[in-house]
Parts: sequence; structure tokens; C-alpha cells
Amino acid sequence: MAEPRPVLEMTGIVKEFPGVRALSGVDFRLFPGEIHALMGENGAGKSTLIKVLTGVHTLDGGTITLDGKAVRIGSPLQAQHAGISTVYQEVNLCPNLSVAENIFIGREPTRAGRIQWKQIRKEAAEMVDRLGLDIDVTAPLSSYPLAVQQLVAIVRSVGHGDSDGEGSGTKVLVLDEPTSSLDRDEVLELFRLMRRLRDEGVAILFVSHFLDQIYEICDRMTVLRNGTLVGEHMVADLDQVGLIELMIGKALDQLEELHEHQLRSDVGETLVKAEGLGRTGGIAPFDLEIKKGEVLGLAGLLGSGRTELARLLFGADQPDSGKVTVAGKQVSMSAPNDAIGAGVAFCSENRKTEGLVPDLTVRENIILALQASRGWTRPIPASQRDELVAKYIKALDIRPANPEARVGQLSGGNQQKVLLARWLITQPKLLILDEPTRGIDVGAKAEIQKLVVSLSEDGMSVLYIAAELEEVLRLSHTIGVLRDRKLVAQLTNGPEITTSKILETIASGEHQ
Amino acid sequence: MSTPAVTTPSRWRALTRHHLFWPVAVLIALLLVNVPFTPDFFAIRMADGHLYGSLVSIVLFGSPLILVAVGMTLVIATGGIDLSVGAVVAITGALTCSYISDQADQNALAGVFLAMGIGLVAAVVCGLWNGFLVARMGIQPIIATLIIMVAGRGVAQLITDGQIITINSEPYKLIGGGYWLTLPFSIFVVAAVVAVTVALTRRTALGLLVESVGGNAEASRLVGIRSRRIKIMVYMFCALCAGIAGLMISSNTSAADGNNAGLWIELDAILAVVIGGTSLLGGRFSIGGTVIGALVIQTLTTTIYTIGVPTQTNLVFKAAVVIVVCLLQSPKFRAKVFGAKGARTTAPAEPATPADAAPKMEVSR
Amino acid sequence: MSATTKTRTAAEGRTASKPAPASAAARLLGDRRLPVLVTAGLFLAMYIGGLSRYQNYGFGEPQVFLNLFIDNSYLLVAAVGATFVIMSGGIDLSVGSLIGFTTMFTAWLVERQGLPLLLVIPLALGVGAFGGFLMGYVIHNFEIQPFIVTLAGLFLFRGLCLVISKESISISDSTVSSMAQTRVSLGLGELSIGAIVALVVLAAAFYILHYTRFGRRVYAIGGNEQSALLMGLPLGGTKIAVYTVSGFCSALAGLLFMLYIQSGDPLHAVGMELDAIAAVVIGGTLLTGGSGYVLGTLFGVLVLGLIKSIIQFEGTLSSWWTKIATGVLLCAFILIQRAMTTRKQT
Repeated sequence: MAEPRPVLEMTGIVKEFPGVRALSGVDFRLFPGEIHALMGENGAGKSTLIKVLTGVHTLDGGTITLDGKAVRIGSPLQAQHAGISTVYQEVNLCPNLSVAENIFIGREPTRAGRIQWKQIRKEAAEMVDRLGLDIDVTAPLSSYPLAVQQLVAIVRSVGHGDSDGEGSGTKVLVLDEPTSSLDRDEVLELFRLMRRLRDEGVAILFVSHFLDQIYEICDRMTVLRNGTLVGEHMVADLDQVGLIELMIGKALDQLEELHEHQLRSDVGETLVKAEGLGRTGGIAPFDLEIKKGEVLGLAGLLGSGRTELARLLFGADQPDSGKVTVAGKQVSMSAPNDAIGAGVAFCSENRKTEGLVPDLTVRENIILALQASRGWTRPIPASQRDELVAKYIKALDIRPANPEARVGQLSGGNQQKVLLARWLITQPKLLILDEPTRGIDVGAKAEIQKLVVSLSEDGMSVLYIAAELEEVLRLSHTIGVLRDRKLVAQLTNGPEITTSKILETIASGEHQ
Repeated sequence: MSTPAVTTPSRWRALTRHHLFWPVAVLIALLLVNVPFTPDFFAIRMADGHLYGSLVSIVLFGSPLILVAVGMTLVIATGGIDLSVGAVVAITGALTCSYISDQADQNALAGVFLAMGIGLVAAVVCGLWNGFLVARMGIQPIIATLIIMVAGRGVAQLITDGQIITINSEPYKLIGGGYWLTLPFSIFVVAAVVAVTVALTRRTALGLLVESVGGNAEASRLVGIRSRRIKIMVYMFCALCAGIAGLMISSNTSAADGNNAGLWIELDAILAVVIGGTSLLGGRFSIGGTVIGALVIQTLTTTIYTIGVPTQTNLVFKAAVVIVVCLLQSPKFRAKVFGAKGARTTAPAEPATPADAAPKMEVSR
Repeated sequence: MSATTKTRTAAEGRTASKPAPASAAARLLGDRRLPVLVTAGLFLAMYIGGLSRYQNYGFGEPQVFLNLFIDNSYLLVAAVGATFVIMSGGIDLSVGSLIGFTTMFTAWLVERQGLPLLLVIPLALGVGAFGGFLMGYVIHNFEIQPFIVTLAGLFLFRGLCLVISKESISISDSTVSSMAQTRVSLGLGELSIGAIVALVVLAAAFYILHYTRFGRRVYAIGGNEQSALLMGLPLGGTKIAVYTVSGFCSALAGLLFMLYIQSGDPLHAVGMELDAIAAVVIGGTLLTGGSGYVLGTLFGVLVLGLIKSIIQFEGTLSSWWTKIATGVLLCAFILIQRAMTTRKQT
């Protein structure tokens, strides 16, 4: 089969942020009439690539060719005019306006400055109809569920070129995680629309964390890792295990000291027990037991429900179903306070937005959790406070070792240690660590992993989430495997458990 | 001899970096402006056992503003704002004065204390209402406090029956107009409130929790801080401060004017907080900075008067101060004005975009 | 797994396009016309109440109704300007002082400088619009909260009033007084020039908000600023324009106020921004922006005006009840809005 000319070619794309090289020389191409998956874990550079393509970021190197012509995309508007439309996970429409208006705003037909509402409603209804959707275009967008809003967003983007004469029709449609909060029927409806557009010759770039969806709808895929291209494959030629291997790769850091480490085998009695815990749109109901002194690792791809599970156990999100008992006592889990009271601690993966208070000092950030549990009337005495802070700064080797430093100015690894110190100071029974090693340097990574081991030896239970399977495998007594928002298996670590075994479980979604 | 030469510049740098440096510098500069016009500006005289002088009157006339601004600081630190303080000032003054004026003996201590108690309780109730709307109902602070800002003056006038109630109570006069130990009594009240506030926020963990809630609300929730309680408490405290200011204003004039007492004081208070270096976005706060900010505003008023500029221009100056302070606090402005200078020497292209883009990337997964 | 989810969506095979059948109350709360209807109903109820109570005192006269427009023309114009700002998700505190400044500025130019009114009017409108433009420029370009920028505007314009003169300047210019006294007969009663201008402004605002691209951008930005940006709408231009419109409306309201009172006074219209904001909110516009109708603002102004008239008719009630009633209404409408928005979020 002779390959047709790609509609879009990105060559040698480089994008740098202060201190980070997000994309280093990535090539990417997209053919007309195909659905193309862009795959990669956190920090692989997926969203950066999409943002470069859609004009949100300006590129620092490389070229973009559209229909054989080199283009410069400086803004989302330019991208739209060039025929590149984007639909994001969060629907970027105005819920207060009608469906028709959302489709047309910014390019409403006017006569002598007067918006032609009749024409808008008629054309919008036609467009919706042509794509086989049943939507009342005069109703406000907010009266429809998210799934329909997403479809409207697609109608808006593909309808763009047809009506204003400025562009030449949508050539490329970028769908950035459109399915993450849709249910099965809604996904099917979306796929129907995608196939229809594909058959009309639109090139669709599709990002999803759901492997099944990728294999169901996509023709071709490009895999990124750490800002570089690791491969472009036809979906039919690459099985799921192969794909996951490409995405996760081999662990880069070698931790000699931990290499020979024997996990302690005498884990204690059950500490935390979750039964039927679940949340719609978050994670399907699951049962889980964590024993005293046990490290429970969670393995799964980004978006598989790892974080959602952790947040439910901490009461950060309210569960729809199920119950949690800690040390035999049921905990209500209506707010983090309840979990904290029961001895659960949670370090979020989003250090900046959900962890640190950047304006406050290292000392203040460290004592925050302990102080919150004591209430405002009982401050920690200054001497005791300084002693505790000094102890943890020393124990975790936080640098600079200055309790007065503003935490926002610390490096990522040291910020992570501050968060760890904050919770360790409260002496929790269960410590939940969500990607504690993400975005920090190798040295700090090793220190944090060593710390997890020693905490477990001291009898603390740890729920450990990491993107790198080696990391999970090395530290955990038990490994919970997640896929597509479900806890699909719990494997007891042992010689027979290897990364490829976990990979297979993720890929097949079955407990073997 | 070489050591001082080395340390002086670094000490100087440390000094200029201190968060109170600029507010204090502005205050001193403003005070100095007066000297050529009033050579004895800094002189303090003793007459009738009372101290008189420009400095004393600045503190005296600035007292209510300091009180209101101190309360406002805590509210702003939680990421909120309280527009109703002016109305609370009016309500407290009105209630207290109308109660005193109903007494047979206006000089009876018990009656005066009871009257003040009633006024302050009303103030705290207003604060509770604001806090309830903000923390429980989740209404934006600026909107929630607008309600009492609008209705409160009506209530104050209702209490005074639209009249200006004048009273003649010696004990009550003390708070806002009396002298004690040669100094205006209101200075002691202010000092006490400021000391209590500092103790309340820095001796307990309240200050830390307030800064945490204002600095990162979601992180605070995940760390188990009961931010609703904290917010309600802070609005109540702010209203209490406004109430004390209301007592002071009505005591100073021996009258309650529902319409004009504390008019625009909320705006001056917000201005004082901003000058004092507390960000309107919440987080870190500085009570000391706010006190100095309030003194700057009062000194500005006094200065305009003493240097012979028509007093009417006061507001224009204030507008200029607001604009300058806000522009200096705006990162965008600094990037455009000062950042451009720095960037010209190195790389002229897009200094702002990457810095903007990087955090956004972190948030969007 | 798919079996369980299928049962959740009722319409099999269809897009889950039709919203799930909601309870009548929920549907009512979801209708964005509800606040306007409530306000209109409130106005009607108050009017009927007034009719039955003050029938014998001439409340039923058509002129009493028309006087609502005459006596509140300036507030209506100011509130229309505020509607634009609030609809876009901003706030403008400078309305009252800009009105006061305009009365002073025009009075000073006409009386003290002897300029003809015809020249002064466009000048005053230009100054107001420029003031709004400046505030919008600072708000957008330096990303400072609208609240604080317009607060500076409040101080500035009030200060400029006082710089012009501390005393009030009464206007004896013949053009002004003849304009002020002109009444246009409507058969049942008559309207002043100010009232007619206000109604024209209202109609123009309605047209602009509903039939021009600019108007729809105002709604879009108020609905979701981030989305509006990603949809390629010119965010900055629209924001600046909104404050310019508000400045223009405030200046026009100042002219009408000057016509109504026939003087310039540095203390004119103190706190009128609160009345304007209250009228907008009572008229059903969401304070967070994006939802509401300028027609609602008319009802908001009429309700506030009617409160004043009823208090006048009542005789025994004092003027401060206006403020209290305004506050209570404001509170009620804010709570209604809150109930509406929480319903939408879930």
C-alpha cells in the first residue's frame, strides 16, 4: 500500500522550559483519514507536543509542515485558521451560552453588524444533524452532560472551516483525553463521530489513558518517552505488552544499595481495610487490605486510577460506595480530617497545587499537618517545634538546611522531602505516597526509596505509587495492578514476579 | 576597620529586603516632607498634662483606621475581603450611643460598659453573618460582605432614627477623646488590640493556619485544617475590630452618625493592608506592616493639610498611592517595566511566556 | 461492566443528549430567566400592593409609574453600564464618583468657563469613556483585580470633583433648565428627556448584548474566561471595551443626574455604585458573570425606585428603610443565585 502524503509533519521539535527540556527533537506525522494515538507516561511530552501543535506554546526548534507547506503557529487562533482544531479534556466552551452559539461564537454571520440568529440556529442544527447527533441547538450548553458538551466542542472545531471562509476546513482534529470522564455509551457515541470524521478525511490525533480505547479506535500510534520519540507503529502491529514496554521503558537509575535488599517478610496484622470502596468517574469499587509494616505498591499507567484510589483512602474525594476501617475501627472518610485522625497521611502527586504552601517557610510547611491536628489553640511549643524540624531536616537531608527558607524556592526533590517530613512528624500508621519520585533528581529518588524501606521496617504501612515499575517492584510486598480505573489484580511480591509479569497483567487486565 | 566596610552593604541589603522596609521608608519620607513647611513638626509639647504634637495627632486620628485595618489584614490573609466594616463601625456607634443616651445617668460606668458590650456584640454578629456566607454558603467574600455594606448603614440610621445622637458621657468620652498618662487613651486601645492580635496570631497557631488557608486552600484542606472555622473566626474578629473603631469614632465626637461614621473606612483599610505588604490574594500577612500602612495614610492626610495643598486633593493622592502600590505588586507590570530592562542586556525575546508556561504545564496533566 | 453503565443512561443507543428528567423544582432553578421573572414578579406584586394601599393617595396615577423612570433615569443608565462589567465577570466601583465628577465637570465648564452645553456633553462623555478605558487597560494588561483598580478610580474621580471645587455649583444655564423641564407627553403621562435617554440606552444595550459579536463576547468571557481565550476570542479588547462602556454610561448617568438636580456637587452620587450593583444583582445578573439580561437590570432599578416611592407614600417610614430593603433583597437574590449555581455544578 503506497503511503499517501501526510497532512501534518512535525520534524525535530524542540521545546524548553526553564530548567527542563520538554521535547528534544521529536518527529511526528499524521495522515489524512486516520485516527492516530499519541502515547506516553507523565512527563513524556505529550501535552507539550499538542500545545506546540495548537499554538499554545511557541516552539524552540524544528519545523511544522501542513499540507506540504511550512507553517508557523503562534496562537490557538492561528492554529484554527490553519485547520488544526483541538478539543480538550475539560470542555473549553461557555456553558452559559446555547449550543448553537457555542458552535458559532467568534465567527457569527452578521449583516450590518447584526448577528443573524436564525441563520446560526439553522446552520448549527444542520451541522449537528449531518454528524448524526441529536442535540437541541437552542438549549444552553450547561443543560447537557459533559459527554454531549464534548461532542459539541468537536462539532465546533470541525465546523470551523466550513462556514467562515477564512480557513480551508479542519484537516487535523486533536482530541486531548476526551474520554476520561465518559461512560461506555458516551464513549461509543464519541467513537462513532470520530469514525465518521475520519471517513470524511479528517486526521485525528487522539490521546487517551485507556488502552482498550486505543486498540478499539486507532489506526496508528506514536509513543513518546522523556521528551523523545520512541516509535511510530500501526496499532495492529504492536500488542499491548509491547506498547507498555515502550511507554515505561527500563528504569534509568540504578540503586545498588537497594538492589540486594531483602524485603522484610514478617508483615503484621491488617491495618487498613477497604471494602467496596468506589467513586463514579474515579475508580470502580475495590477491596483492599494493607497490613502493618507492609508496602503496597500500585502499578498501572497514568490515568488508570492509581491517584483516585489513593485519594479515596484519604477522604480527599468522597466515595460513592464502600467503607474503610483502620485498625478495626470504621472511618467515615467524609473529609481528610477523618482519615488524618485515624492515622492516614497523604503526599499528593501535585506538590505545588495540593501539597506545599509556597509562601510559607520550610519550618511552617513541615509542622502544618501536626499543627492542624492540634487545632489553632494549642501551638507546638517553639523549642519542641524547632527540635522536630531540625531533626527531620537532618534526617531527610533537606537542603538548604535552613528552616526559614521559603519552600517555593527549594528544588523539586527537597520540596518532596518537606512534604514527607510534614507527614512523618505526625507519625502516621499509613503513609500514602503518590509519585513521590516524579520530577526529582536521581539522588533524591534513591533517598526517598531508602526511606520507604526503613519506614516499613519500623512498622509503618506505606501505599506507594510510582510510574516506574522497577521502583514499585523493588519496594513493595504486595503490588496492586490497575487498569482503566479498576483494581484488576493484587500480586504478592516474590521471585516469580517480574516487571514483565506486571506488564502482562496491566496489558491483559486479568489476574493470572 | 575593614569588617564594617564589608558588612555595611550586606546589612543594607538585608535591611532593604525586610518586608517592612518600603512601608517604613515611605512613612519616614512623608513625615520628612512636613519639616520644611512646619519646622516644629516633630516637636511634642506638654500642656495641661497632655502631650500635643503632630506625631501624637497622627496616631490619634489614625487610631480607628489602624483598628479596622488590623482586622482586615487577617481577612485578606485568608484570601477574602470585608467590605462591611464601615457599616459595622456605624452600627456599633449607633447602638452604643443610643443606649447611653437612654440612660438617666450617662456617666454611670455600668451603663457605659453595657452599652459598649451591646455594640460590640452586634458587631460580632455581623462578622458571624459574613463568615457564615463566605465559609458555609461558599459565596465570594466581596459579594457576601456587600450585603451588610449596603444594609448596615440603613440599620445604623434606623437605630439612630436618622438623627445624629449626641451624648454627654465622661467615661465614654475617654475611649476616643480622653487622655491617660499624658497620652490620648485611644493610643492605648490601639496598642492593646494590636498586641492582642499579634499574640493571637503568633503565640497561637492561628496565624500559621490563616496563612496556609490563604496561601493554598486545597493543600490546607488535604492537610486537615478546618478552614471554615478559621474563616468564620477571622470575619468575626475583623468585625470586632471594626466595632471597637466604631466606639472610638463615636466617642471622639460624642455622637453617632449612622450615615457618615466610618464612611469609606473599608477602602482606606484595604489600602493600608496593601501598603503594609499583605497581598490581596491571601497568604503571608504582616500586622506591623498594616499598622505602618494605616499611619502612612493618616500621615498623607496630615501632610496634605500642613504643606498647604488644598485638602480636597487628598483623595487624588490616595488614588495615586493605590495605583502605584498595585502596579508595583503586579508581576506583569514588573516584568514589563523592570523585566524589560534586564532582558535587554541578555535576550530580548519573550521574557514572560516561558515563565508563565512552565507552571501551567505542571498543573495540566 | 458495560451492562452496568448502560442501565445508567436511559436512552439506549442515543447520545445522552436529553438531560435526565429532573424534578420541576430543579428545572425551574436551572432556567436562567428565573431571576428576571422573580424580579419582574416582585415588581408587579409591590406595585399591586402599593395600588391597594395608596389608592386614595394617587398611587394609581399613570404618572406615578412614569415617575419611576424619570426619578431613576440616571441610576438606570449607570446600572446598564454596570451590567456590562458584571456580565463579563468584573466589577466597577468607580460608578458613583464618576457620576459625581461628571456633574462637577459639566457644571464647572458651563457655569465657570462659559462653554456651550453642546460642547460640554461630548467632552464629559469622552472623559468618562477614557477613564473607563484606562481602568480596563490596567486591569487587563497588568492583571490587577478589577476591584482594586476601580477602587483607585473611585478615589481619583471623587478627588478630582473636590479639586474642581469644594462647593456645589448650581447651574443656571438656560439650555440646561429648559432641557430639564422639557416633558414628552405619552398620552397617559409624560416622560423627561432623561428618562427617554435612559430607555434608549437600555434598548441600545439590549441590542449590543444580544445582536453584536461584542455583546456575545461579553457573555462568553463571563461564562468562562479561559474557554473564551481558547476559542480564539479577543479577551483583552473585550475586557477593556467593557470598562469603557461602563465609564461612558457613568458619564452619561452623570449628565442625566446633573439635568435632574441642576447642580454639580462633589458629594453627588456618593455610593451610587452600590445601588447600581444592587440593581444589577436584583435584576438577576450573576455576580460571577455570564448569565443575566439587561432587561432584568431595568426591573432591578424599578424595584429599587418603587421601594423609594412606597416609602414616600407611606410617609411614616424613613429613607433608611430603602437601604435595608435593598440589602435584604440583595441577600435574597445572592442566595438564589448561589442555589442556582450549586445545582449546576453537581
